[in-house]
Amino acid sequence: MISKIIDKYLIDLADIHRFVIRFFKEVFVGPFEFKEIIRQCYEIGVKSLPLMSLTGFIIGVVFTKQSRPSLADFGAQAMLPALISIAVVRALAPLVTALIASGKVGSQIGAELGSMKVTEQIDAMEVSGINPFKFLVVSRVVATSVMIPVLMFYVAFVALMGAFMNINQNEATSMIVFFTEVFDAITFKDVFAAVFKSFVFGFTIGIVGCYQGYTSSKGTEGVGRAANWAVVMSMFLIFIEELLIVQLLQLVPQ
Amino acid sequence: MKKKKADFINYDEPVITIRDLYKSFGEKDILKGVDLDLFRGENLVVLGRSGTGKSVLIKIIVGLLTADRGTVNVLGTSLEDIDVETLRQLRLKIGFSFQNSALYDSMTVRENIEFPLVRIKKHLRRKEIDHAVSTVLEGVDLLQAIDQMPSELSGGQRKRIGIARTLILRPEIMLYDEPTAGLDPLTCIEINKLINRVQDQFKTSSIIITHDLACAKSVGDRIVMLLDGSFERQGDFEDIFNTQDSRVKPFYDYNFID
Repeated sequence: MISKIIDKYLIDLADIHRFVIRFFKEVFVGPFEFKEIIRQCYEIGVKSLPLMSLTGFIIGVVFTKQSRPSLADFGAQAMLPALISIAVVRALAPLVTALIASGKVGSQIGAELGSMKVTEQIDAMEVSGINPFKFLVVSRVVATSVMIPVLMFYVAFVALMGAFMNINQNEATSMIVFFTEVFDAITFKDVFAAVFKSFVFGFTIGIVGCYQGYTSSKGTEGVGRAANWAVVMSMFLIFIEELLIVQLLQLVPQ
Repeated sequence: MKKKKADFINYDEPVITIRDLYKSFGEKDILKGVDLDLFRGENLVVLGRSGTGKSVLIKIIVGLLTADRGTVNVLGTSLEDIDVETLRQLRLKIGFSFQNSALYDSMTVRENIEFPLVRIKKHLRRKEIDHAVSTVLEGVDLLQAIDQMPSELSGGQRKRIGIARTLILRPEIMLYDEPTAGLDPLTCIEINKLINRVQDQFKTSSIIITHDLACAKSVGDRIVMLLDGSFERQGDFEDIFNTQDSRVKPFYDYNFID
């Protein structure tokens, strides 16, 4: 019984490894599906904007409100813009963007490819002499890897705007002062780290969603499971990656 | 109505040759030593009960599944150890009509049909692509559905669009997986007529997988019956069912019971 479970685990691991290797083999070799990549960028990026806007704004406002009393104890409310800037750029924007995207985009990719698999649409592409991996998987993973960093910048901006509105209301800080303090507090390394993390998170969301959908089986039950696992696995991996990248970046000097 | 045998069939030229083919899934043996020839221009019907491996057979022919043992030769190319590019080129000569049509849900009928064409024949101009799409849609009497989504079509229409999509690349071989499954009798007759029209118009060699005897009778130049993992009976419709074999007779009785 236990050996069977270990066997299955190792086989799954080997399958995932092969899937990722295949992606890297095909992503740099033509023909390139530019049109499909742009379509996917639109689906993943533009269609996520309302959700990202709302989440980003709420995070900015709530984080500012929650941080104010702690700083007020030391009479340090003037440090709020710097605190929020560091928190948003270094941690909140990349992580929140990735978690929201894994829920929205990851499940969508898992369900879409899963239903294409069980209704033989992927087989239909294959027998027409078309490479379904390149059309479906490569385009989606490239799109998530590109769009999650873009969305991260957008979420960071909206969160900072939310924070500014709250600070402006309470401390009457002007926009110029607020953003001067925001940019003074962060370094190039912070921005680079945020972009790098978002890129890794985007890749994870795309590859996990595609793997779950592309290899799904057992009919409609398999589609549901693919969508579900796409979210669970990518969220889990995002937290692990966050931990590892933070450790790694601490080794890099400012 | 029984089909009149096509006069362009060349029984000296097999386009598919299968010898001693074995396939199993886990402990279950599905195909147990299948031998089969499909000749140039003929419509070959493969009959058999559900789960006997009919669909597995054509999926092996098109390379979606690999055989455990045995040889498969398609248009002079052996599928054993075939490389990806050769298989891709071979697939361009084979049309595969799926049981559930497998139309791409997110695309219109026009996009579904031109999808393989624009990716494989990249030199074609927009006008030529539009002409090719219109021609195959006229061939299946569904030109009016060109801008519709697959979800707006009936089962029979989806089947015809699925066949049109395979015809756009002018295949030499057509593989039909249960073309009449789940359709009403009148739509079945339309699909049967379409299969015969494709054979006449494009001179295709076809394998039709079915358990619908009316379909077998009206489209098959030759019929083979899959029993216990291998072909034990073959010939025309009368040859197949002129028997007291308890594995075959109930099949006929069920379909043509008075």
